Amino acid sequence: MTANQYDAIIIGGGHNGLVAGAYLARAGKKVVVLERRHIAGGAAVTEEIFPGYKFTEFSYVVSLLRPEIIRDLELPRHGLKILPLPSTFTPMENGDYLAAWDDHDLTRRELYRHSPKDAEAYDEYARVMARAAKAIKPIINLIPPDPSSLSLRDLLGLLKVGQYAAGLKEKELYAIAKLATQSSADLLEEWFETDALKGTKAASGIIGTFLGPRSPGTAYVLLHHYMGEIDGAFRAWGFAKNGSGGVSGSILSSAKALGVEIRLNASVKQVIVKNGSAVGVALDNGDELQSKVVMSAADPKRTFLQFVEPKYFPDDFVTALQNFRTRGSSGKVNIALSKLPNFTALPFKGNGADSILHRGAVSISPSIDYIERAYDDAKYGHISKRPYLDMIFPSMIDPDMAPPGQHVMSCFVQYAPYDIEGGWDPSPGSGQAHPRDQLGEAVISTIEEYAPNIRECIVGMQVISPKDIERIAGITGGNIFHGELLLHQIFFMRPTPQWADFRTPLKGYYFGASGAHPGGGVMGAAGMLAAKEILKDGM
Amino acid sequence: MFNLKTTPFHERTSALCQPQNWRKWAGYFAAGSYEHTLDREYWAIRNAAALIDVSPLIKYIITGKDAAALLHRVTTRDIYKMKIGQVAYTGWCDEEGKMIDDGTVSRLEDATFRLTAAEPNLRWLTMNAVGMDVSITEVTDDVAALSFQGPNTRKVLNKVTDKPVDELKYFRLMRNKICGLDVTISRTGYTGDLGYEIWMEAKDALTIWDALMEAGADYGIAPVGILAMDMARVEAGLFMLDVDYTSTSHAWIEPQKSSPFELGLDWTVALDKPGYFVGRRALEKEKREGSTWKMVGLEVDWVGMESIFKQVGLPPQIPGMAIRGSLPIMVGNVQVGYASTSTWSPLLKKYIALAHLQKPYFEVGTDVRMEITVEHHRQHAPARVVKLPFYEPEWKKK
Repeated sequence: MTANQYDAIIIGGGHNGLVAGAYLARAGKKVVVLERRHIAGGAAVTEEIFPGYKFTEFSYVVSLLRPEIIRDLELPRHGLKILPLPSTFTPMENGDYLAAWDDHDLTRRELYRHSPKDAEAYDEYARVMARAAKAIKPIINLIPPDPSSLSLRDLLGLLKVGQYAAGLKEKELYAIAKLATQSSADLLEEWFETDALKGTKAASGIIGTFLGPRSPGTAYVLLHHYMGEIDGAFRAWGFAKNGSGGVSGSILSSAKALGVEIRLNASVKQVIVKNGSAVGVALDNGDELQSKVVMSAADPKRTFLQFVEPKYFPDDFVTALQNFRTRGSSGKVNIALSKLPNFTALPFKGNGADSILHRGAVSISPSIDYIERAYDDAKYGHISKRPYLDMIFPSMIDPDMAPPGQHVMSCFVQYAPYDIEGGWDPSPGSGQAHPRDQLGEAVISTIEEYAPNIRECIVGMQVISPKDIERIAGITGGNIFHGELLLHQIFFMRPTPQWADFRTPLKGYYFGASGAHPGGGVMGAAGMLAAKEILKDGM
Repeated sequence: MFNLKTTPFHERTSALCQPQNWRKWAGYFAAGSYEHTLDREYWAIRNAAALIDVSPLIKYIITGKDAAALLHRVTTRDIYKMKIGQVAYTGWCDEEGKMIDDGTVSRLEDATFRLTAAEPNLRWLTMNAVGMDVSITEVTDDVAALSFQGPNTRKVLNKVTDKPVDELKYFRLMRNKICGLDVTISRTGYTGDLGYEIWMEAKDALTIWDALMEAGADYGIAPVGILAMDMARVEAGLFMLDVDYTSTSHAWIEPQKSSPFELGLDWTVALDKPGYFVGRRALEKEKREGSTWKMVGLEVDWVGMESIFKQVGLPPQIPGMAIRGSLPIMVGNVQVGYASTSTWSPLLKKYIALAHLQKPYFEVGTDVRMEITVEHHRQHAPARVVKLPFYEPEWKKK
């Protein structure tokens, strides 16, 4: 084979692309992964924007990285460590707080302080959700069957899902049906009365969607979060050492050890098609690479509407992809700190090194109304004046993230719509504050209400808008899941009906990223499953 | 009323031990864990700095003209080869070449050694010292010990020690000072990670504890109990007396005894060393003829185990800590051995075990099955013999 001749070309060096590359190389294939940026990792990167302070720039927690990927690719040998993120702390508007600790009894006692009824209901709620999650979890690892197809594989797949559903208790089926249709607000109102509890729970139902807690369908996203929990002690949930860059770094190292070639600064112009098959790619720098198959680990829009000329796809397929919803709704503010901000609801003494709340997540989600109001702003093209924030202090979990005694803080912020009034790049002469500064200010002034000393702690700050996510990580629309986790965009409809099995209408062209089944969250599942399908097709 | 002894760190450890889950260790109270869940303590060992009170270790100072000769005679290592400042891990055997105990020998001076042990050995040492110019003193109560384990420990130690520890090599020790107080620091531990053990006079214990906790605050230091250490030591492939083997002094029947070869300690048995040592003939014979048992690592096949649980509609359920219980190992319908400690490895995301297998099943790569209990029913999960240790970070010896 010549230098530019491969068995497989993977477009995109994010974690899914690297996982796919590693699995293919493991099967003895000659693989190259093409990454547009100067570093691999995609949206799972850690960068020192301010020297000495490591920012886990975009994604910041590992939720469902598949344990079999960890074992198959020997990621611990390549540096992967997933550290516990034990608690969630929600400061309240009345100066009190609500905390969920890692110990069940401590959490129960904490809830009891707010509402004995909620403390009772919490256990039952957790059981119902865990059962529902357990019920649908096996589906995650299935290749989605196409209900309209009569192929043996699809029929068998459907049969499996059908058998599975038939094996569920009536109660479980109802719970799942309800979860699939309700809003998270409706669901939570049925269970709880404490505003901060409902707000915090509801928040996890809106992450990465352009919906509010009162929008139908958000209850399902809540369920997604229980998937990781049913594995109990075996979960891969937490904060990766060295941030999300630590995850992709270990996959990269494993992929290289397996013989995968990584090309950085290799931006793809187009997939080369010959006789109706994908046979290689052309790079922006003029290079051409040939291969038996091409897999894209970019987002669905880039994969199908940019890299390949539409004439190679059926019209309805193109239309479906055009309609695929990728509205970015969140941003990220990464802060370098000279010291820890002190929350008035549970202040620490000394320098905070032993502060328990800073080891976990801090959630600004005092009520459902608060989040719904934040959504109201976004609906009409504004950054939320008082956004929902999910914050962690990576240096408190992995002390190597910042110089000793100094800290870094990661603030996930929603809503910051991709389409804002006036756009994210206003003309310089407009005299208006840059929207990125507005976003930063909205975040800091929100934190300030609960931790008044935040401003004096700040050494440096990086504000990332959905536009920046698109610009830097290359995700169309800046949606963190490469496409919203909406009911009509999951399972056999992700990214579009008929084509949820990682194959595409173009022969030799595959798709395995967050925009494919089973979705995002640094799972790596799409990359792994796509690689397995490629191997099944016997290239 | 008689109580267990408390270690010199008790004033600090008892204030920090939230679950009050004290364990008995050689007659002392030892904290099982400091927090209600083991997560943070385990990860302090693997990612930051874990401070573990190991004062209950039994310690002897062996000094005198014949000190080296005594240890050379009792242990399986070549003690004459040891340099001052060197530490050697070793087992010691009875005349039949079966293990009595294991520990470390540190050559503090030319004719002064420190020996650590899991159990009292004074009588055995004295019996072997007949006619020798040597004094053996137990200093367990007088010498406090901290095991300081984890990748950040070097940085923290350098903040508090007189002399930097950067040059201190694996299994070497140095004299040093912390807060002006004399300590010995050895590059040793029971976790298979970067780590040190700090030996000090009991009266200095609290000052040194405080200094380390303060210096480590920005490096993720955490007081760690023996439950989290138990998980780490299995990952490191390290066994424990009375859990993974029975001392010949307690064994009721022959099969309960183990030789160093059977425990995988071949590298510590210096059959080429000069002169007699206890158990030499038996060990030479075993070396010639081969061992009938061997302790190995077992990795349970997760997918196989998952499918056994799936049959009853459950996700895999194993305790999130080390299990010190014997689990039968099968090949076909025949039991070929047993696992003595098994644990979930949070880092490797694997269910692993230290297992004792009969010839020829102890060869690396052998497929066996290990007992698991699924909904009160005994089942057997597929597992494979692997090389020990399960986990060895590059910085362990660097």
